[in-house]
Amino acid sequence: MLSKEEVKHIASLARIGMSDSDLEKFSLDLTVILDWVRQLEEVDVDGIAPMSHTIGEVNITREDVARHLSDKSAIIDLFPEEKSGYGKVKSVF
Amino acid sequence: MSGEKTSVGLTEEYLSRIDDKNKDIFAYLSITKDLALEQARRVDEKVKNGEKIGLLEGIPGSIKDMILVKGVRATAASKILDNYVAPYDATVIERLREEGAVFLGKANMDEFAMGSSTENSAYGVTKNPHDPSRVPGGSSGGSAASVAADMAVWSLGTDTGGSIRQPASFCGVVGLKPTYGRVSRHGAIAMASSLDQIGPFAKTVEDAAIVLSAIAGEDKFDATSARSWTKSYQDYLTGDIRGLRIGIVKEYLDNLAGDMRESIEKVIDSYKSLGAEIVEVELPHSKYALPVYYIIQPCEVSSNLARYDGIKYGIRIDDNMNTDIENGDIDMPRTLLETYLDSRRYGIGSEVKRRIMLGTYALSAGYYDAYYLKAQKVRALIRKDFEEAYKKADMILTPTTPTPAFRIGEKADDPLQMYLADIFTITANIAGVPAISVPGPSVETDGKSASRRMPFGFQLMGKWFDEEGILCAADAYEKMKNK
Repeated sequence: MLSKEEVKHIASLARIGMSDSDLEKFSLDLTVILDWVRQLEEVDVDGIAPMSHTIGEVNITREDVARHLSDKSAIIDLFPEEKSGYGKVKSVF
Repeated sequence: MSGEKTSVGLTEEYLSRIDDKNKDIFAYLSITKDLALEQARRVDEKVKNGEKIGLLEGIPGSIKDMILVKGVRATAASKILDNYVAPYDATVIERLREEGAVFLGKANMDEFAMGSSTENSAYGVTKNPHDPSRVPGGSSGGSAASVAADMAVWSLGTDTGGSIRQPASFCGVVGLKPTYGRVSRHGAIAMASSLDQIGPFAKTVEDAAIVLSAIAGEDKFDATSARSWTKSYQDYLTGDIRGLRIGIVKEYLDNLAGDMRESIEKVIDSYKSLGAEIVEVELPHSKYALPVYYIIQPCEVSSNLARYDGIKYGIRIDDNMNTDIENGDIDMPRTLLETYLDSRRYGIGSEVKRRIMLGTYALSAGYYDAYYLKAQKVRALIRKDFEEAYKKADMILTPTTPTPAFRIGEKADDPLQMYLADIFTITANIAGVPAISVPGPSVETDGKSASRRMPFGFQLMGKWFDEEGILCAADAYEKMKNK
């Protein structure tokens, strides 16, 4: 069983604010799912290389060429807060 | 040309049907009437001027809200993108524009494509057009419902674990997940990047093949888009499948309840009568595909969805915003960290949070080897099963889903039960192979008083990049059924 403290730690790593009842709900939900995925323990994977990609393409690159954006305002308009055409971020410290 | 159908006329016909039906079915999150009519007028002009006509010239369709159309709102059915207007076109959208397609609007879905019923949409559930008390499937439920209810001729969806094929089965339409890499993912909102793939819905296999021809192919903006040749897929629909070896997995059929089993057996008989050879194949590791998925997918999700932080775009919860969130003290000034925490807390729904949390846990220090690395190794074994099976068979036939469409609310509170709805579709994403769902014989549902028949699909999984093979076999069945 995942404790509320563990769930709180994961939530803070994931940057998701949670109430006390959220923590309880997720501790139960995550425990059930993690118990279920643990059935993979029974699979023998000795000598098997992990697979991250299904079609085997490797190192596809392209020239790093700057593209002119015809409609800059379409992006600037999406900033939650904007100043002089820049996205405004709260101070980190 | 006088007296013939115009694109404006056809588009208006669909828009008026959407106007009639959308309040009940809720297939669309947004309807792009002005854009559609402008595109249609342009098509009529091209026809009048004798200009070159594209593959989908003047044909109206819907687009899952996961895919960006420049200047149109794209929410991925999440509150956190409530105010997001796409600043550019996805590659598939650019290609559809070149082929003259008309865009009717954006289709409803489970939030960020996580779910199997559209019940996880932040904006409301889509109803199954065959029975409004039932779900249309998901996550691309709005796409499937829009085609089934004649509110679109075609639709684009995305499929990460079955999100095109499962709703296609539930709504009685054709849905195709191409081989991973066949279609560019550029401009599709990223969910689980090693599994996501865009594909078409349509009423017929031929229409799905035409949409695939329009959207397929290499793209310099998606490094995983494959260099292999694409084709005019509609040219491969010969109806002739004599000598085709179709594999079946015995355990898959043994576990089906009565009516569903009968439906699949009828499909198998049809293929025999068309001259196909039915062979038994084994996919011994496929029973682990769901748990493998529920490690790999949340891990990729936790990374991809880190971008929704209330800073760059989307909804920000802080002291400078008027929001309609009733919950508590949102007028308080917030630090940067509190802005992250609250934007994600109020902007993201439960299922998506559950996946982000699972992925964050599985990737965190001390757990990586036990979960992620292990899942990647079992994934390799599942792919190997397919390589072995394809030595004996050209493609594999399975049911698309274990049941027909379930009732709204039936599985909403039980994540594990909901995950099991994808048991037959998920292996194709894990292995990366193409797969299509085609309506088979309908099945009886568990109606207590008045039972009714619901659509039920079968699935053909092909070899890597053999879309033409599964399209041809799917089309041969459809042709025979319609005779």
